[in-house]
Amino acid sequence: MGVEGIGARVTRKEDKRFLTGKGRYTDDMTVPGMKYACFVRSPYAHAKIGDIDATAAKAMPGVIDVLDGKQLQADGIGNLICGWMIHSKDGSPMKMGAWHPLAVDTVRYVGDAIAIVVADSSGEARDAAEAVVIDYEQLPVVTEAVAALASGAPQIHPEAPGNLIFDWQIGEPDAVDEAIAAAAHVTEIEILNNRLSPNPMEPRATLGIYDTAEDHYTCYTTSQNPHVARLVMSAFYNVAPENKLRVIAPDVGGGFGSKIYIYPEEIICLWASKKTGVPVKWTSDRTEAFLTDAHGRDHASKVKMAFDANNHITALKVDTIANLGAYMSLFSSAVPTYLYATLLSGQYTIPAIHANVRTVYTNTVPVDAYRGAGRPEATYLLERTIETAARELGVSPAELRRTNFIRSFPYQTPVIMNYDAGDYEASLNAAMQAADWAGFAARRSQSEARGKKRGIGMSCYIEACGIAPSAAVGSLGAGVGLWESAEVRVNAVGTIEVLTGSHSHGQGHETTFAQLVAGRLGVPIESISIVHGDTDKVQMGMGTYGSRSGAVGMSAVVKALDKVEAKAKKIAAHLMEASEEDIVIENGELKVAGTDKSVPWFQVALASYTAHNLPSGMEPGLKETAFYDPSNFTFPAGCYIAEVEIDPDTGETDIVQFVAADDFGNIINPMIVEGQVHGGIAQGIGQALLENVQYDANGQLLTASYMDYAMPRADDLPSFTLSHQNTPCPSNPLGIKGCGEAGAIGSPPALINAITDAIGHNKLTMPATPMKVWQALHAAH
Amino acid sequence: MTKVTLTVNGRAMSGECEDRTLLVHFIREKLGLTGTHVGCDTTQCGACVVHMDGHSVKSCSILAVQASGSSITTIEGLAGQGELHPVQAAFKEHHGLQCGFCTPGMVMTAVDLINREGGTLTEETVRAGLEGNICRCTGYHNIVKAILAADAEMATGRQAAE
Amino acid sequence: MYATSYHRASSVEDAVKLKSANEEGKYLSGGMTLIATMKQRLAAPSDLIDLRHIPVLRGISIDGRKVTIGAATPHADVAASRELAAICPAICKLAGHIGDPHVRHMGTIGGSIANNDPAADYPAGLLGLGATIVTDRRSIRADDFFTGLFDTALEEGEMVTSVTFEAPEKAGYAKFNNPASRFAMTGVFVAKTAGGVRVAVTGAGSSGVFRHPGFEQALASNWSADALGSVAVDASNLMSDMHANAEYRANLVKVMAKRAVISAG
Repeated sequence: MGVEGIGARVTRKEDKRFLTGKGRYTDDMTVPGMKYACFVRSPYAHAKIGDIDATAAKAMPGVIDVLDGKQLQADGIGNLICGWMIHSKDGSPMKMGAWHPLAVDTVRYVGDAIAIVVADSSGEARDAAEAVVIDYEQLPVVTEAVAALASGAPQIHPEAPGNLIFDWQIGEPDAVDEAIAAAAHVTEIEILNNRLSPNPMEPRATLGIYDTAEDHYTCYTTSQNPHVARLVMSAFYNVAPENKLRVIAPDVGGGFGSKIYIYPEEIICLWASKKTGVPVKWTSDRTEAFLTDAHGRDHASKVKMAFDANNHITALKVDTIANLGAYMSLFSSAVPTYLYATLLSGQYTIPAIHANVRTVYTNTVPVDAYRGAGRPEATYLLERTIETAARELGVSPAELRRTNFIRSFPYQTPVIMNYDAGDYEASLNAAMQAADWAGFAARRSQSEARGKKRGIGMSCYIEACGIAPSAAVGSLGAGVGLWESAEVRVNAVGTIEVLTGSHSHGQGHETTFAQLVAGRLGVPIESISIVHGDTDKVQMGMGTYGSRSGAVGMSAVVKALDKVEAKAKKIAAHLMEASEEDIVIENGELKVAGTDKSVPWFQVALASYTAHNLPSGMEPGLKETAFYDPSNFTFPAGCYIAEVEIDPDTGETDIVQFVAADDFGNIINPMIVEGQVHGGIAQGIGQALLENVQYDANGQLLTASYMDYAMPRADDLPSFTLSHQNTPCPSNPLGIKGCGEAGAIGSPPALINAITDAIGHNKLTMPATPMKVWQALHAAH
Repeated sequence: MTKVTLTVNGRAMSGECEDRTLLVHFIREKLGLTGTHVGCDTTQCGACVVHMDGHSVKSCSILAVQASGSSITTIEGLAGQGELHPVQAAFKEHHGLQCGFCTPGMVMTAVDLINREGGTLTEETVRAGLEGNICRCTGYHNIVKAILAADAEMATGRQAAE
Repeated sequence: MYATSYHRASSVEDAVKLKSANEEGKYLSGGMTLIATMKQRLAAPSDLIDLRHIPVLRGISIDGRKVTIGAATPHADVAASRELAAICPAICKLAGHIGDPHVRHMGTIGGSIANNDPAADYPAGLLGLGATIVTDRRSIRADDFFTGLFDTALEEGEMVTSVTFEAPEKAGYAKFNNPASRFAMTGVFVAKTAGGVRVAVTGAGSSGVFRHPGFEQALASNWSADALGSVAVDASNLMSDMHANAEYRANLVKVMAKRAVISAG
């Protein structure tokens, strides 16, 4: 059996259970005595709630209890928190309104939870939930951020006058204004970034189990970061002390950000389990998911980009209003600030940047990180602006980008980030070649001959993955550190368990993390198991989001492996009576370099546990733990090109080709990296062409099912052409960068630039639905 | 409560349920076969696809009592214990799955598609054949590749058998 | 879903009897709309009378150019019928693009037309073909059958048993899908029948499926897509929603009509 180490296209170890129906997702869990929960949710977007009468509901068949927010509050369960403090430019802290897990006096969006019904079956729970009678006094509603800031707008939280959460800025406003005043050309554009629903295919679910005898809670949940969930539920929501609370995120069916947060349902099911004395399971249906899973994006921005006479960008000025919904979700404040405005330099040398961001409450679902989280918003804004500028300046889009590319590293941008490595032109060239950019004019003529409009567009993105270091993010307001932990446990027979604080919900950690270890030690990948997602097994970790698991999580494994190898070498040296400096680990053996002396890996492991013959003073066992705190983000970058053909009769866009050229640094498993890019691009195309969360004026969600929210399906998408131009990342031991979000970040502007190229003008917002494209074509005539 | 009798993955099974119980819930909760999933409420995502009397159906939109008397194949019954059906093997080989949640429905759909149109499939007809299944992870790229590969493999198998 | 009681009918008579005994009950065919609606608690029939197991309701019979399709025939069977495709390929194509493969294995022609969803395909097909809907008690012309949104000429307890039509000289169907639901955002069926040219539009009308006399006249004098170019489509009776406003739908009605004519040949 060959070693399946770094760089190998290893098929996934976890696949068999998923392919044979043996995956274990939260809703698959059953425990004796388990009952089912249904939440009573507000049908109104904004209302005072008076009397909650559950008498009839409690009398219904199968109902065990109905519990409300006052009971929850009386039991000392805390309010939901936002974990990142942002200060406005006047120095005042962000204005956080109270978010009760179960509303006590006011509901602020359709779907706001008011009470929980626990019953023998999910059907009976839902029957009873409909029978709970609540007095509502409806209040005026506002759903759009710009409208929420207008004077006289309905007031959503008393803590936030005018619905303004914070008014934050970054960069140098004076330098930017001066550069704009002195510019040879200024491109101005308004950019809307449409609101999306993440839609992992597995709806959220949770199973709360209270053990009376041990006074202990177990929470199965669909989480991307069970350790943080335990910490927050313990420290802030007073559910239980950490040692009395076990959180398990078993197989999780996708997350894309929406399963980072600790939602009311997890807290309430644990509490309800104690109140009712039975295990309580709740599983969201899809409509509930649309109504309660954190949404993403929803920015409105005004942009000015200034150029000198040589087409060099001299300044960028951005004014953004971000809709955060009815409550501040866990990382909601970081998304439109440090995950967004810090990326506004893109791949370009921009001497002066200023961004002003106002965040706003509205009567809508809370908005938080969704695949890319701030970086897609920055990239879309920047790449549409530079494309527009190229058209205005009469230069090719590639040339204008080349003129402004950053070419020497490290590069300090005016907005915090220090780019460590990259080769933007390499990706641009590769993408243009793969797309046969030079042949586009001929293809356009052919399309025109068939009565079709053809367009081509590019996008050069940069993103920042693996937020770090902890001290720096702490100084910017983060409530947590952003390191990762690993434990490498070598068993007495040489097999290995790697415990990681990262969490896999589709990313393939059970394979890639094992590849790393297999490659280092030269042992079969089958002998390595990856353990994650259970706070009783893994001590602590920060979870998986922001494309951090490889760069941060695997780097922690490297550190732990370093320690394991050092100890193993000491033991081997002792066994072979050699110097430990001369020991090398190869092909599952520890060898004395330059000799034929060796001991197999398992024998060293066994020796460590028998402890019959260890170096003097050495502790028995072979198990090491490490915490890794990166010195910097990683900065994946690339160039995406979309080519589209539009049917002018219907406005339908056909993606003729989609090319992605990415720099992810060193790659652990190309197959998995490509899969991440495919999925990201599909979500980006979804944003660009199909997906849009829409509310009516009363705050009713119009897109609350797949009947109205358009998910990308197989026949909406083409196959993708990928390539890599890798510059190793200098900031982590593996030289790797994140790859999970790139596709979603880079693709929307490429699509929209292609469509606006085809229709011949720039007045188009996402999603570019057939109707909107048809209207845009119609308007052009 | 009504008694529902089914042949599931070749074995006779029965259980009592309310008439309003959906086939998918009967399979998951009464029979303990949790490989069949529920991903939406509107008969669209296809995570619940099983075969009923040899044809792919959405088990979230059929009552268990409606299905009574029929023969059901779920993802658990597609191949022998410990083995992979050629479509399952192709999904693994071509990385046609990530989080795995839509996967059982995708695989059951692919098997039905190959049963109906095997040997003639193209990228376009595979994509059309997946109209009733939503995947959020893969962008479908590798699912399409896997189904085409499985189709080719199974066609070769059929030829060899002839 | 609210509680309900299930009955499996063994014959048409049995079904009608069960229905009359359960006034708040509903006939259940493939259930692809009814079960979905019940899941969302938007329908709450006390009883369901399952028609799928009545043998006479299933199957396609062809006598010369006269076509009879049993009410409980699934879309997949219509789509795959070679005999039907030989004389009326347009209806096979229509059936082959309803919903998705799984829906087509369950959903039936009788269920579709009895529900008369304004975005369903079959109403356009049957109205376009000038079909006759046969029930347990009478025959109804398609022109009289589809009476409005989710509304038909069916009386209380009346049950569709089959549909019949003469295969047209030519027919074609073109639809533009709603990008989310994949229902017809506009679908147009055109047919050159013994009784004249018929054009039926689904997915667009605010009162459900409708015929378009302007298109019919234009095509009667000149069966070509070009003949439709100058015919106006009145947007005032068309649906408007977030996916397509009436003006856009009016455009789609014309574009799909042209494509249907082209596909009819």
